[in-house]
Amino acid sequence: MSGSSVRDSIDDLVDIAGLHVDFGTPSRPLPAVEGVDLSIGAAEIVGLVGESGSGKTMTALALLDLVDFPGRIVAKRMAFAGRDLVPMRATDRRALAGRDIGMIFQDPHASLDPCYTVGYQLDEAIRLHGSAHERSNTGMRRERALALLRDVDVPDPSVRLSAYPHQLSGGMAQRVMIAIAIAGRPRLLIADEPTTALDVTVQAQVLALLTRLRDELRMAILLITHDLAVVAEVADRVVVMYAGQVVETGNVPALFDGPRHPYTRALLDALAIDEHERLPTIAGIVPAPNERARGCLFAPRCTRAAQRCEDERPALVRGQGGSVRCHFPLRSE
Amino acid sequence: MSSPLLEVRDLARHYRVGAGYFAKGTLVRALDGVSFSLDAGRTLGVVGESGCGKSTLARQVTMIETPTSGSLMFDGRDVARAEKGTLRMLRPQVQMVFQNPYASLDPRRTIGAILAEPLAIQRRGNARDRRDAALAMLARVGLRAEHYRRYPHMFSGGQRQRIAVARALMLAPRLIVADEPIAALDVSTQAQVLNLLLDMQKAFGVAYLFIAHDLAVVRRIASDVLVMYLGKAVEQGPARSVFAQPRHPYTRALLASTPSLRRRRGQVAIAMRGEAPSALPRTAGCSFRSRCAHAIGRCATETPPMHSVDDVRVACHRAYELPDTIDSFDAGVPLRHDRGPTS
Repeated sequence: MSGSSVRDSIDDLVDIAGLHVDFGTPSRPLPAVEGVDLSIGAAEIVGLVGESGSGKTMTALALLDLVDFPGRIVAKRMAFAGRDLVPMRATDRRALAGRDIGMIFQDPHASLDPCYTVGYQLDEAIRLHGSAHERSNTGMRRERALALLRDVDVPDPSVRLSAYPHQLSGGMAQRVMIAIAIAGRPRLLIADEPTTALDVTVQAQVLALLTRLRDELRMAILLITHDLAVVAEVADRVVVMYAGQVVETGNVPALFDGPRHPYTRALLDALAIDEHERLPTIAGIVPAPNERARGCLFAPRCTRAAQRCEDERPALVRGQGGSVRCHFPLRSE
Repeated sequence: MSSPLLEVRDLARHYRVGAGYFAKGTLVRALDGVSFSLDAGRTLGVVGESGCGKSTLARQVTMIETPTSGSLMFDGRDVARAEKGTLRMLRPQVQMVFQNPYASLDPRRTIGAILAEPLAIQRRGNARDRRDAALAMLARVGLRAEHYRRYPHMFSGGQRQRIAVARALMLAPRLIVADEPIAALDVSTQAQVLNLLLDMQKAFGVAYLFIAHDLAVVRRIASDVLVMYLGKAVEQGPARSVFAQPRHPYTRALLASTPSLRRRRGQVAIAMRGEAPSALPRTAGCSFRSRCAHAIGRCATETPPMHSVDDVRVACHRAYELPDTIDSFDAGVPLRHDRGPTS
């Protein structure tokens, strides 16, 4: 039953509880992330879904300790592979994050340095995060770089090593980014909107590649995206965020078949394909960090909101196979 | 039956790149013989990957560039060979909405100034008329009068795209070219903007040339579809027919690649290997054959002509032979058959 029910936190690769990221001052808080719990099992693909401003990227950056000033990170618990990250020194933490956690971003051309060849940038990653042998031996590093490019299905790897990023298509550049990210044999890959800038045909290829790498390298993936359909096809489990909070979690088939939070329901409805008819929409927009209500954050946009929703912030309640933050959750079908 | 608003015949636009004093450069056939027609008040969805010529088509239709060959009849007049004066008269009737509302609205001007500008350029009415028109348009697109004095940065992405749509409507155009108008927006606001476009079409009878790479979006809004690959149309016809029964292997591969909520549980399908080649020297045969799962010897020697299958036009030698269902044939192998105990 592993990987199916709500996981216990003991054997989780990532275990975050009560994570806050705030960009304000003590007197005027500007919370980007408000009390997020997130766990990722070994070799599990977790889809982190939400609109812009929901705090999904901030959550991932907090795990890597990459939140920019003046953002402050406070967490009840933040553990990676059983090691508590909160008391760790910044240098140790960076070493751990660099080797064991890889990250790729939306625009591969913005992530790659235009002045250096693909080979140089791959070599750099292997020099820093490769095995002891690889770090000391130039020939082995080259072998490893070629193997990495083959792993991510780059054709003619030896030719590509001397190519510059501008000579690569978007899909090819993203493959190179993935190769760099997995150079240290990470146990977790954070993929932040990895296919949003790509054509659908190439998107399908990259998603298939990520899934294959998970299977082959036993590497967990945190897939950050706004596209529920991508999550439906790739992820094992979903975490839906809204305005800095987790509003629903669940396993992929269950959550898509019977969403319990009205926000998840509305997101799914907005994707429904009805030719040439008005689409169901969610009125309004995500509230900004400085205008968040005392009650349920989704209440102003929710069709089911009652008085209680405006007065009282609902807690994230764990149930069978998932959790939901709503006073009046929908019945799962 | 009146003539269509837009009638395009064998439209081509070639660019010479890399040419200089000594270099002749290479000829890029960005748009290489596309034909279609669009009636007033209807929507034509144009789909294809990056580099297929969608945006080049938009530049010809908006009369920003002059086509290399072919004809482009707007309201019965050939734009491709029109005089400057005629173009000046026709251009206001075609407006544009761009992909990124963060880039397409001038951050230093108020919403009121942005909306009134097209009228000012066309010297329509006095300042007061223009202000009234701008305020009226704000209300039409679901914004409030107090937004008139605000600046673009004070709005969310969805609201900005509303403003961009409002600006496009200010001159009461007959055609709006929308180039990926919702690709940069969140899912919940995408639906709002699509609904706005549908409402405005009903209210003003404007036609849309709707460019998108996302088939799911085109399916919702377009009455007709044009699928392009490397500057050529490969399949076109009523949206209903094309989506119900895609005939061209490329259309089928695009559909199979589009993520869907219905297909799930690890069924990521690699429908197509490789990426679309870019600058292309013209070769014999079908330009899609290098990526096509169904290519045969004939595809390498003979360029497939457009022929009609029911109410759809397809450029494929094998369009008649392909099976009706997409899944088993085109979608490749499911990536993982089993994702372990999940229920």
